[in-house]
Amino acid sequence: MAGISRDDVAHLAKLARIEMSDAELDHLAKEMDVILGAVARVQEVAASDVPPTSHPIPVNNIVREDIVRPSLTPQEALSGAPAQSEGRFKVPQILGEE
Amino acid sequence: MSLNYDQAVAKYEPTLGLEVHVELNTKSKMFCSCSTEFGGAPNTQTCPVCLGMPGALPVVNARAIESSILIGLALNCSVAPFSRFARKNYFYPDMPKNFQTSQYDEPICVNGFLDVEIETDEGLKQFRVEIERVHMEEDTGKSLHVGGATGRIHGADYSLLDYNRAGIPLVEIVTKIVGGTGKYAPQVARAYVTELRDILRSLGVSDLKMEQGSMRCDVNLSLAPSGSGALGTRSETKNVNSLRSVERAVIGEVIRQANRLEAGERIVQETRHFLEESGQTRPGRSKEQAEDYRYFPEPDLVPVVPDSSWIEELRATLPEKPSTRRARLQAQWSVPDKEMASLVNAGLLDVVEETIALGAEPTRARSWWLGEISRLANEREVDPTSLISAAQVSEVITLIESGELTDKLARQVVEGVIAGEGTPSEVIAQRGLKVVSDDGALMLAIEAAIAAQPETAERIRGGNIPAAGALIGAVMKATGGQADAAKVRELLLKHLGQGA
Amino acid sequence: MAAALAAGTTTSVALTNAHYAQIEKVDSAVHAFLYLDKEGALAQAEAVDAKRESGAELSPLAGVPLALKDLLTQKGIPTTCGSKMLEGWRPPYDSTVVSKLKAAGIVILGKTNMDEFAMGSSTENSAYGPTHNPWDLTRIPGGSGGGSAAALAAFEAPLAIGSDTGGSIRQPAAVTGTVGVKPTYGGVSRYGLIAFSSSLDQAGPCARTVLDAALLHEVIAGHDERDSTSINAPAPQVVKAAKRLDVKGMKIGVVKELQGEGFQSGVLSRFHEALDALVSAGAELVEVSCPTFDYALAAYYLIAPSECSSNLARFDSMRYGIRVGDNGERSAEEVMKLTRHEGFGPEVKRRIILGTYALSSGYYDAYYGSAQKVRTLLMRDFNAAFAKVDVLVSPTAPTTAFKIGEQVDDPLAMYLNDIATIPVNMAGIGGMSVPCGLAPEDGLPVGFQIMSPAMRDDLMYQVGGTLEAALLAKWGAPLLDKAPVLVAN
Repeated sequence: MAGISRDDVAHLAKLARIEMSDAELDHLAKEMDVILGAVARVQEVAASDVPPTSHPIPVNNIVREDIVRPSLTPQEALSGAPAQSEGRFKVPQILGEE
Repeated sequence: MSLNYDQAVAKYEPTLGLEVHVELNTKSKMFCSCSTEFGGAPNTQTCPVCLGMPGALPVVNARAIESSILIGLALNCSVAPFSRFARKNYFYPDMPKNFQTSQYDEPICVNGFLDVEIETDEGLKQFRVEIERVHMEEDTGKSLHVGGATGRIHGADYSLLDYNRAGIPLVEIVTKIVGGTGKYAPQVARAYVTELRDILRSLGVSDLKMEQGSMRCDVNLSLAPSGSGALGTRSETKNVNSLRSVERAVIGEVIRQANRLEAGERIVQETRHFLEESGQTRPGRSKEQAEDYRYFPEPDLVPVVPDSSWIEELRATLPEKPSTRRARLQAQWSVPDKEMASLVNAGLLDVVEETIALGAEPTRARSWWLGEISRLANEREVDPTSLISAAQVSEVITLIESGELTDKLARQVVEGVIAGEGTPSEVIAQRGLKVVSDDGALMLAIEAAIAAQPETAERIRGGNIPAAGALIGAVMKATGGQADAAKVRELLLKHLGQGA
Repeated sequence: MAAALAAGTTTSVALTNAHYAQIEKVDSAVHAFLYLDKEGALAQAEAVDAKRESGAELSPLAGVPLALKDLLTQKGIPTTCGSKMLEGWRPPYDSTVVSKLKAAGIVILGKTNMDEFAMGSSTENSAYGPTHNPWDLTRIPGGSGGGSAAALAAFEAPLAIGSDTGGSIRQPAAVTGTVGVKPTYGGVSRYGLIAFSSSLDQAGPCARTVLDAALLHEVIAGHDERDSTSINAPAPQVVKAAKRLDVKGMKIGVVKELQGEGFQSGVLSRFHEALDALVSAGAELVEVSCPTFDYALAAYYLIAPSECSSNLARFDSMRYGIRVGDNGERSAEEVMKLTRHEGFGPEVKRRIILGTYALSSGYYDAYYGSAQKVRTLLMRDFNAAFAKVDVLVSPTAPTTAFKIGEQVDDPLAMYLNDIATIPVNMAGIGGMSVPCGLAPEDGLPVGFQIMSPAMRDDLMYQVGGTLEAALLAKWGAPLLDKAPVLVAN
């Protein structure tokens, strides 16, 4: 069974890029334990010979022709940007860039 | 005491892995209809889909699938009967969705190989590089960093993002582990990437400009003590932007890792960055633990199930394999292996073939490109094909064949063309380089020479044929080297009663 | 209304204004709407009226007002998904659903409240405050599409669009006494429907009658080349089906697993009365067992959070949405973390963390992988059932509307509200909720769920329409007539 620790949640929060206080981490760890306890039962019926389903409606090969269609104008593309400069999205410095 | 390359490979066995990313030359992006054209003003080729806007959905580019399958077929892969896209989840501002739509355990092509030839101490050797997989994914946007990279100056450091490139189709080609190369690992790596590039070029699926980033190579390398049969920890080196860099990156990593191992230090599994100037690598972004990409099947896309008759249709369109072509040309031209290898390694095969196709005599075509033109190119540290065209070389050779130019004159013509003086005909005209073959003109020069050296002429009349050399030399001098020496000799001897 | 418009006894502008008047009267109490687009709506209304004057041919619903769940993009109009993350965001493009609504001349009054990013069953997870059930303002209107359902029940709009991932259209319909439909997966384009769980999400029609829902269904359904998961077939003929008013000879499967423990007695009694009505109308009841239903909830709460953890990764403050903590010194990564901390509410964070866990290496097979296998088993159960019956039925929700605040601290209890609706999304089939009465113990609406096989949405409309007519005959007046008259506070 689960037994999710605060460190486990901290790791997940990091993977998910969400800042969390210690109190939040503790609270979530408890909730995760309960929820995972409830959902783990899927393993009871997930036999190895049952194939997984990722698409409810089985269809294949949906493609489009290699044709260019009009893009958004740069103004439209940038319309929601919290910050912009010289026609580009302005973002805080990206660390560790090569 | 630090090991050099030879010492390193004497003690350690290198194992290679190569990952090559190729940007396809489709007109529209992988999952949307924005243009893929290079060099557009920032964010002018974007839409809700490639910007990862809320609510946007991907639709696969049919031509990208076709190109991927062609690549797999050309690399002797099996095309997967059932292939799926998967999400590779990680956060980075140049990735609009913070996941990359890629492929995971169901790639479009698997299990192929590519044979390459390298020069070893024992002569030319064939080497088979096995290919693990070929899969489809999408490119990221481009970021520009403003402000100093080191230290934080308040308000000065930020990054600017252009998403024109985001979503352009990429094909990733991954080799299986390449072992048993011994000290030839750098050559094998370079030969593989070179051959791969040639094949992709023949397919016409990408413009393959390593300097522009439409073909990117990552080099994985690990070392293990020779004979141990074990595998070491590998490093991954990125930013390898030319064929020469591939070779140098392998050398650099072998040296670095060997020296660490000698010092008793362990190799860290990490991504490193190749440095052009020094040939060394430096560590990239440090990651405390490997990123967990949490791959799962892409729910917004349906599986790709290529029809087998379609695959056969595509297979039938595959152009002649570069290696087959080379073998064919070699037989056609009756060229020994070593010379053939020289042509290929110098990247001159295409231009030589073209020169011959335009009418030049084959042996001369090869020797001009490999000889004089390569020499001039090396002096200038440029590629031979950038100096002069196949058509121009063909023209010059044809003039030599017809006797209108001697080799010596031809060299001057070539020099003139390279210097930018014009076409071969223009250079000949401007510099007055045509061979003098008009008998009348030649006779005038011959008679003048005889008049100047009567004793020599007497000796020739007397049967001393070698003495003709001095008179021929005089005629050549008088005609500024433009006389056809053989013709001069013929006329001279005849005139002096020694003609045969 | 459409008839009146066609007959010329009223105009779209008049209708639109009348609805805005109602909204003004009651929405401070109900809080169904997050944004009202009076300018755009009246412009559309005027355009339709002008077209009608000129005698041009119009779609059946042209000029009729509609409330749009704030999960669908509408160009230039604020789209928040009930979240602080997208506060003030105006999309630069229309969702396909909105394009179709506009093309049909439907007047979009505004955007309705919802649980943040469609996660919830009560609309209490909205960052903008809950919506109140018009039947009892101290109670929830259901979720995640509580705003759309409440707008209908409060007569603020005659039509609405919702989205349904685990019951977000049907459960609110049930607790507000309205009609809500989740089409077969792929039946309505998801382009512009902001994704929560991509393999489960569907937009669908909400209305006060089955026929209205059918008319709206035909406007929004159909193939869309921008959505790779969209069904390549024309919209189903549900209007015709809704008008049939006949179930003679139909076999109706009653799902054994959806009637027992956890179901409020008043809900069950109304459900059984509805079954009687269908039998009287000529249908045959068959008890059907779908044993995998017992695992559906667990599987859903692995698949949906997994997909959403990935779908919501794009909200990182770089290209749109709010940005928190950018003081010029922090890195992009730090700003991302702070923004996502501020921008997402507790339920969204909970599901992102759960989903991240379920997909992480070492746990994928046990959790996400196993859940996808449960999906296969569910589909097998449905296939076996539909081989024996034409449709399956159950109560839509286990209880009537609970009090605001009652379940908010108990996530698991909240998840149980979807126990009957979730299997439908997991299998990708069609599901509809039709009002079937008021529970005797609390006088609150009860919903009757009809489930039809994939690509056979017409069957649920056929049964739903017949049931509605039968109950109307029994009651003498629509259920909503019994709703309290809302007075502005």
